[in-house]
Amino acid sequence: MLVPISWLKEYVDIDVPVELLAERLTVAGLEVAHLKYIGLPQQTVAGVRMPSSDHLVWDREKLLLARIVEVKAHPNADRLVLAMVDYGGEELEQCVTGATNLFSYKDRGPINPPIWSAFAMEGSEVWDGQSDKPKRMTLKGKELRGIFNRSMVCSEKELGISDEHEGVIVMEHEAHYVAGTSLADVLGDVVLDIEFTPNLARCLSMIGVAREVAAVLGVEMRYPSFDFTAKGAPIEGQVYIDIREPELNPRFTLTLLRDTEVKTSPFWLQHRLKLIGQRPRNNIVDVTNYLTFELGQPLHAFDYDKLVERAGGVPTIITRLPHPGEQLETLDDVTRDLGAETILVADTAGALSLGGVIGGGETEISEATRNVLLEAAAWNNISIRKTIREQRAHTEASARFSRGVHPSQAILGCQRGIELMRQLGGGAIADGALDAYPLPPASVTVDVPIERVNRLLGMEVTIDQAADALRRLEFEVAIEGDVIRATAPDHRLDISANPVIGQHDLLEEIARIIGYDQIPETIMADEMPPQRENTAVLIEERIRDILVGAGLYEVINYRFTSRESEALLVPSGAASSLPAAGYVEIANPAASERDVLRHTLMINMLENAVNNARFQSTQQVFEIGKVYLGAGDLLPEEPMRLGILLTGPRIPSWWDGDGSTGEMDFFDMKGVVESLLHSLHISDFALESGTHCSLHPGRSANLLAADERIGSFGEIHPEVAARFKLTDAKVMYGEIAVEPLIRQHQRLHTIEALPITPAVLEDIALVVNESTPASEVEAVIRQAGGRILKDALLFDVYTGDPIPPGKKSLAYSLTYQDERRTLTDKNAAKIRKKIIGAARHRLDAELRSQ
Amino acid sequence: MSDAIVDIREKALSALEQLKDSDSLTDWHSLYLGRRGAVGKLFGTIGALPPEERAAFGQRVNALQKELGAAFEEREALIQSQLLARDLEEGEIDISLPAYPRRRGGLHPSTRTHREFQMIWADMGFQVYQSRDVEEDEFNFTLLNLPPHHPARDMQDTFYTKDPRVLLRTHTSPGQIRAMRELGAGGTKPIRVILPGMCYRQEQVTARSEIQFTQVEGLAIGRNIRMSDLKGTIAEFAKRMYSPNAKVRYRASYFPFTEPSMEVDVECFLCGGKGCRVCKYTGWLEIAGSGMVHPDVLRNGGYDPSVWSGFAFGMGPERITMLKHGIEDIRYFWGNDLRFLQQF
Repeated sequence: MLVPISWLKEYVDIDVPVELLAERLTVAGLEVAHLKYIGLPQQTVAGVRMPSSDHLVWDREKLLLARIVEVKAHPNADRLVLAMVDYGGEELEQCVTGATNLFSYKDRGPINPPIWSAFAMEGSEVWDGQSDKPKRMTLKGKELRGIFNRSMVCSEKELGISDEHEGVIVMEHEAHYVAGTSLADVLGDVVLDIEFTPNLARCLSMIGVAREVAAVLGVEMRYPSFDFTAKGAPIEGQVYIDIREPELNPRFTLTLLRDTEVKTSPFWLQHRLKLIGQRPRNNIVDVTNYLTFELGQPLHAFDYDKLVERAGGVPTIITRLPHPGEQLETLDDVTRDLGAETILVADTAGALSLGGVIGGGETEISEATRNVLLEAAAWNNISIRKTIREQRAHTEASARFSRGVHPSQAILGCQRGIELMRQLGGGAIADGALDAYPLPPASVTVDVPIERVNRLLGMEVTIDQAADALRRLEFEVAIEGDVIRATAPDHRLDISANPVIGQHDLLEEIARIIGYDQIPETIMADEMPPQRENTAVLIEERIRDILVGAGLYEVINYRFTSRESEALLVPSGAASSLPAAGYVEIANPAASERDVLRHTLMINMLENAVNNARFQSTQQVFEIGKVYLGAGDLLPEEPMRLGILLTGPRIPSWWDGDGSTGEMDFFDMKGVVESLLHSLHISDFALESGTHCSLHPGRSANLLAADERIGSFGEIHPEVAARFKLTDAKVMYGEIAVEPLIRQHQRLHTIEALPITPAVLEDIALVVNESTPASEVEAVIRQAGGRILKDALLFDVYTGDPIPPGKKSLAYSLTYQDERRTLTDKNAAKIRKKIIGAARHRLDAELRSQ
Repeated sequence: MSDAIVDIREKALSALEQLKDSDSLTDWHSLYLGRRGAVGKLFGTIGALPPEERAAFGQRVNALQKELGAAFEEREALIQSQLLARDLEEGEIDISLPAYPRRRGGLHPSTRTHREFQMIWADMGFQVYQSRDVEEDEFNFTLLNLPPHHPARDMQDTFYTKDPRVLLRTHTSPGQIRAMRELGAGGTKPIRVILPGMCYRQEQVTARSEIQFTQVEGLAIGRNIRMSDLKGTIAEFAKRMYSPNAKVRYRASYFPFTEPSMEVDVECFLCGGKGCRVCKYTGWLEIAGSGMVHPDVLRNGGYDPSVWSGFAFGMGPERITMLKHGIEDIRYFWGNDLRFLQQF
């Protein structure tokens, strides 16, 4: 909300620089996001940090308040006139101007009463009114169509007040105006842009902000008069009120002004509305807006005669819920279907307005209106919130009522509003106000012992300090021993009657006014809870470190996907091996391709691979994140998964390489998975032929740990690869459940002592059937080698001449070692013979001849 | 036969002087001093000599062997030093050639910041408590003092699931209720935890806002937790996270689940508070929303709010990461462009 300091000063004396005020308000919870300076210089205040402003600072000597006493024709130009200006100097100054709003005074002799405006003397700096972009200019004497001119009467744009450049500023006479006064003292201003949190509903007005200013600065609040001068017949009998839903409409007040004139508002009112971003319309509507912003109590003005006409007599204002199928055309020319819970203002002929939100078109104020019926009501904020949502009707009124306006304010607004209307448009106010108040809110009184304030704040506040803080905020405070008894002022709805919550409410107010900066910084002295590590987090982080160590980058993806996307992972005709669980479906997705939560990390990781392939051929990435498996309960399961993706050249080619490092394949993925398991000291694992539908059936594996299937990895299925256009290089993908890794990792493991006896190395090559898996050959070798065989490393796999068709040769490098004695050649030969024998017997293997 | 010794000596020494590299040295060595070399053969002739000559001859061959051996070593040393000198002189490489590729991996920047957070908070006695992403409306809002139609629900645009009772958590705060209920033993035990995790909001994705982001929530519950403890604890965090001299500003604010509530700003560490583009020329950076746990929330967690009190705070690791590394587009985080990830 925009808050001009000039307007605030109507209710509270501010004797600190506005920059300091902005900081104090910000720290007290009214965040001043921006200061807009109008003509006044920015001040530097110690300890206050502000972005510097590049606004126009008005020269106090050269930009002056002045009277235009006469307007004469320009002898050589129809579209220019000569304004005769009294700026307090010896003689009148003649200004050549094209201001269209002065043309009507042309050659009509002295203007009475004179027009007040802003005068810029030669040498003063103003904004260039003709320029589209902000451009400064300094006034210099020059001829304009044959008449020498050195000064000017200014538009709002030229002074940096607004963008208006249709004409010069025209102000009505005010008693204190003296020609030659510095303009900065009349129109100079700073507009605070304040952002309000939802609890500050009471602050959504000038008076609301002024109250906080008064409390923060410790000065008195100066309220405007809420009385009115009634000279007309009593309002009673001229209109009736019928509240049907007191819960939704706890108060409804009316005042009536007869024989008034609808016209343009005076400068002061228009100026204030424009400063806060509101467009002036006419004196009646402007007053309703003015009170909305001054007091925070929105008003609604009806054309009384139209109500009489509709009623065919004395009108009755009814607040009620709509009839089925009822419609209303509102001021914004929208015909609205009314939901069953929308509270309406109606008369006997039908709906008039959406209560507290927006008025109807039929009974609105027009230029012909003579008699004005003014409404100020209180509405249930939740009901208004529903209406806003349903009708998409955001107005200044609904913004306030939806956050909560205390019903006490209605009568104040109704009385002050009608009086302002009378002052601006004339007429007679009907005596009295109609005030239907079926449901006044209970007054809230809270007791808080000072000891509790001090214990929760962690500081020593005296009971008098605390009481003073609350009194500044207009609480009624009584001190009873060590207890503060505070009654909330009647503009506040945010103080709870619940004793414990009410205490916190007061605590916050006391702390805010004393200043959060006054609370000391302490270290918790309370009992420390037991310190236990979170194993799941530890192991997860360990997994990340292992994979980073293996050269992989961590990715983190959206958890959103779509059914259609995940269906791409199932080749045509194949049975899905993705989780069979239900999806968590988003009711209001950000995009249709993100309307469910994922069942697998694979989609996003394949998409990452596609995106990254444009820039990098080698990709090695992993992700640790949740998948979301609907299980029929209210909430889904959220197991953690590890996804790994490898693709591209094993080592990117480089200047000294031979360019043939090979592309990553199944065995690179297997290496990553095995090194992960080794590093977690999970030794009880095995592979079986892959069965995951998204992976190549012949080049993938399922991973078993302690006989539990915990994941699959391998080359992605060619059909899936084609769907993602990942066909330039083979893509390896693996997905493993993290929870079993956490469960099965070995925190403690023993190591083997380093042998002191030498090892004997030898190579053997076995010719076996091509279909025999290498793991089986190794198992036979290891079993036959027994304790003495320390390692069997496969270093060559060969098919082709001279190996017979259907056979392959596997060459192993064997390491024999006995910790107890030094092996002789004879010992080694014996084991070798045993290994070859076992291979021949169990695998039908032959020793490959050299 | 004594001429043979002289011959061999002369031939060997003159040949040795011609040698320039280690290969020819090896050849020379086997030719003269090897097992079947010239000197060896001389020893073989000793048996054929008359016994009285044998001793003298043998002495001379021995002397020859020693002499040649010494000459060889000398020559070898010379050649070695020449080779070394040449290598040092000529063996220069172009050090500007690109390095051979090493496999390097890296943690996601968000993870890096989370680890930093977790280490600092662990030092202060706060343990990690992991809560769920898909939440009940009740936990995300109602139990946190945000009943249906509460104005503060407008502060957060929520992803709802098709079941209106279930949503994607908009903040890590629902974990507060779960942590209190799980660790509080029916409101009888103190708690100090942090709750890191992914949160979701239905927003327009721009350089400044994302539909998912991580938060770290902190919660301390005890019989004597004070607002001054909250200030002291966050100030300590700021000192460790930003700078030992970090200046901190506390502003009154509003969160439905804390009261009193406060925003914490730290002096902009990029400009030292002078004002820059990153801090929008205010000199301050917002680092945490915080406050004393609201009595309703304590009660919903199983604690008696007239006896127990607590504080809570929430921080945004992505924002801090962006500030620290000059990242201007939050979409980088889940975009997973390797060119981005490889810069950490």
